[in-house]
Amino acid sequence: MANFYTDNPALKLYLTHPMMEKIVALKERDFAEADKYDYAPQNYEDAIDNYDRVLEIVGDICGNIVAENAEDVDHNGPKVENSRVIYAEGTQKNLEATRKAGLMGMAMPRRLGGLNFPITPYIMAADIVSRADAGFENLWGLQDCAETIYEFANEDQKSRYIPRVCAGETMSMDLTEPDAGSDLQSVMLKATQKEDGSWVLNGVKRFITNGDADIHLVLARSEEGSHDGRGLSMFIYDKRNGGVNVRRIENKMGIKGSPTCELTYKDAPAELVGSRRLGLIKYVMALMNGARLGIAAQSVGISEIAYREALEYARDRKQFGKPIIEFSAVSEMISVMKAKLDASRALLYACARFVDMYKIYDDIAKERVLTLDEKKEAKYYSKLADAFTPLAKGMTSEYANQNAYDCIQIHGGSGFMKDYACERVYRDARITSIYEGTTQLQVVAAIRHVTTGTYLSKIKEMEAEHVAPEDESVKSILVSMTQQYADAVQKVLEVKDSNYQDFMARRLVEMAGHIIMGYLLLEDVQRDGSFRKSLHVYVNYGQAEVAKHAGFISNFRPEEVEDYIVK
Amino acid sequence: MSLNIIVLAKQVPDTRNVGKDAMKEDGTVNRAALPAIFNPEDLNALEQALKLKDMYPGTKVTLLTMGPARAAEIIREGLYRGADDGVVLSDRAFAGSDTLATSYALSAAVKKIGNYDLIIGGRQAIDGDTAQVGPQIAEKLGLPQVTYAEDIIKAENGKVTVKRRIEAGIETVEAPYPLVVTVNGSADECRPRNAKAVMKYKRAAVPSEVAADEAKKAFVEARPYLQIGEWNTETVGADLAQCGLSGSPTKVKSIQNVVFTAKEARTVENTDAALEDLIVELIANHTIG
Repeated sequence: MANFYTDNPALKLYLTHPMMEKIVALKERDFAEADKYDYAPQNYEDAIDNYDRVLEIVGDICGNIVAENAEDVDHNGPKVENSRVIYAEGTQKNLEATRKAGLMGMAMPRRLGGLNFPITPYIMAADIVSRADAGFENLWGLQDCAETIYEFANEDQKSRYIPRVCAGETMSMDLTEPDAGSDLQSVMLKATQKEDGSWVLNGVKRFITNGDADIHLVLARSEEGSHDGRGLSMFIYDKRNGGVNVRRIENKMGIKGSPTCELTYKDAPAELVGSRRLGLIKYVMALMNGARLGIAAQSVGISEIAYREALEYARDRKQFGKPIIEFSAVSEMISVMKAKLDASRALLYACARFVDMYKIYDDIAKERVLTLDEKKEAKYYSKLADAFTPLAKGMTSEYANQNAYDCIQIHGGSGFMKDYACERVYRDARITSIYEGTTQLQVVAAIRHVTTGTYLSKIKEMEAEHVAPEDESVKSILVSMTQQYADAVQKVLEVKDSNYQDFMARRLVEMAGHIIMGYLLLEDVQRDGSFRKSLHVYVNYGQAEVAKHAGFISNFRPEEVEDYIVK
Repeated sequence: MSLNIIVLAKQVPDTRNVGKDAMKEDGTVNRAALPAIFNPEDLNALEQALKLKDMYPGTKVTLLTMGPARAAEIIREGLYRGADDGVVLSDRAFAGSDTLATSYALSAAVKKIGNYDLIIGGRQAIDGDTAQVGPQIAEKLGLPQVTYAEDIIKAENGKVTVKRRIEAGIETVEAPYPLVVTVNGSADECRPRNAKAVMKYKRAAVPSEVAADEAKKAFVEARPYLQIGEWNTETVGADLAQCGLSGSPTKVKSIQNVVFTAKEARTVENTDAALEDLIVELIANHTIG
């Protein structure tokens, strides 16, 4: 009886992070619902106990059902019959189990049928689900879309749709079109308002994950004659009304259990969410930030399974008379995998906590006026969430890919065969650094926090924290890495050439990432010494990476950018 | 239409992971050395009850278990999965019960619960493997019984349709209710715990579990849904002579350690022909195939 929660002590460590006390108290409005709902917590300890117990259910389902089905689901995948998606049998069982366990709408308020969990334990569940089957995480994780309805739809829409999601109906976000991928301003799907005020949608969407969902969020052009993002609005389409058909599903490299659909809209009735014209510039941006955090969780889950598969194989596999893990080349690889995994998870949950803080304040602000201190705090965390989300998505997805690659390498020839889980993990990992914005686009979102100093000031805050005497030497390395980073940023900013600055952006963002992840691990080590090895290995790795980038930037003459222009 | 269903469940030592100290000197099971779990086939039985509850809204599922106060854990497990209520039948006088005394005690408790349409239990418990308690309860209550059930298909117009696993295949039978059904391990696995139910019922307890803690006691007393029934011989009006050791004709005479050892080892030549001969032989003696 495997349990993917209880066998992974790192999760409990983050569940009991010191910041959680404040997050929980705010989320629960000082436990105002304690006597209103029989499943609401009485106090902080009670809330943590609730999360712990529910995550144990997630770990149980993932360890014993979802992980068991993963190979079959990957092999058989979904199909389309009569314009409708039929999930693989294993996927249906996974959905059934998560529905019966009441694991949909986890972050939604109780009055709408949800569990009222903060984002942090919800993201933990995503991390666990992804370790079992990254493709299933997509379907399950689309419950995120309910968050967008909760934040921007009217009360009537919330009360009609959110309870359905909490009861287990699935969602999709219909954004991409054949000519609008990363560039969503080009979306063409047409929304027409009829005389009675209702809306219908016409056109085509492509690459829509779970495109035959029960409830869709759709980005469409509501303003005739407009050509940019300001002509787009957000709509809800309810499958019960009909009008959207699945033309085909893509044959993908990985996450094969998750159907990626091409959809045709023929006078599909839809409801406007929020205000016209804010579809892309406000609502999709919020939706994407939530989704990016979800992909970071998916990436961490993939790193976890890659590490575990590699470790198990290296302990079992004997060559030259001993298990291959005893060869330093192998054990070094596995140590680095573990360090990248732990660093990824540290960043993921730091980001989740920041998102929790600002989102809860946003929600409270709908009920009452925030105090000045609260407003200040909300702003602080909102900025950190904005800075950490692209950093987390970018770094964790790249590490998921690296870990999946190394996992195959450790399996040697066997890893290239279809006999081990590692080849599925490798294929599943590949999409994480592409969808919900490629790593290159995460850099575009993150770079302003390099130039405006958000990262550096957070690093300085962490630098001011007290650490155990035995960790002082690691900290001094992080201090010197920070100096190299600050110097590199200064050098890049001094050259007033945007091409050159764009060229260096990824290097700078990665440098900030290594330092931040190092500090976060250092912080974790103060609470749990078992991460000390990962801290050392990661800081050694990060130190070399930062030095590499610093060296490149320092040796590089700005005019050399010309050499990299290909036409 | 709704049903009243009683599910019989037992907390058992996890005999799937038996260590050296699993048995005591006197030949009885050393329960302290083994983790206590929900008897696996009773979970299959619970799933059948919960499935009927899904089919017939308003159906009430009550769990009944006999054991020490800590067997309340079984009731909580059931509540987490969708059961409505539970009773722990607990009394020192029940100690040492064999199947006859157990079925006597449980049938007395079933009568006390009353107004039942279906009594569903697992085929057998993994500690005793007798498969006798369910059928004995049916006899004591004068009810029909269906054993080896794999799927309770429906319960309509006073009749239950059950698919049962028999040696040569499956058969579908119909029986009037009230009746007793014992469920086979090949039936659907029990659904997972439900998040809201776990948070709601995690403090559910029998009175003796919270007696020593005033705060816990007050919390439970203020919330009827957290109160798990704790009944004894008196509550169910049991005849003490028929309970526990005095009500158990079964006596353990002696206990033997049986060590399985391979009788013979054979070396098979590493050729296709020799392997094929071996496969043919294994198929012929029904080891495989």
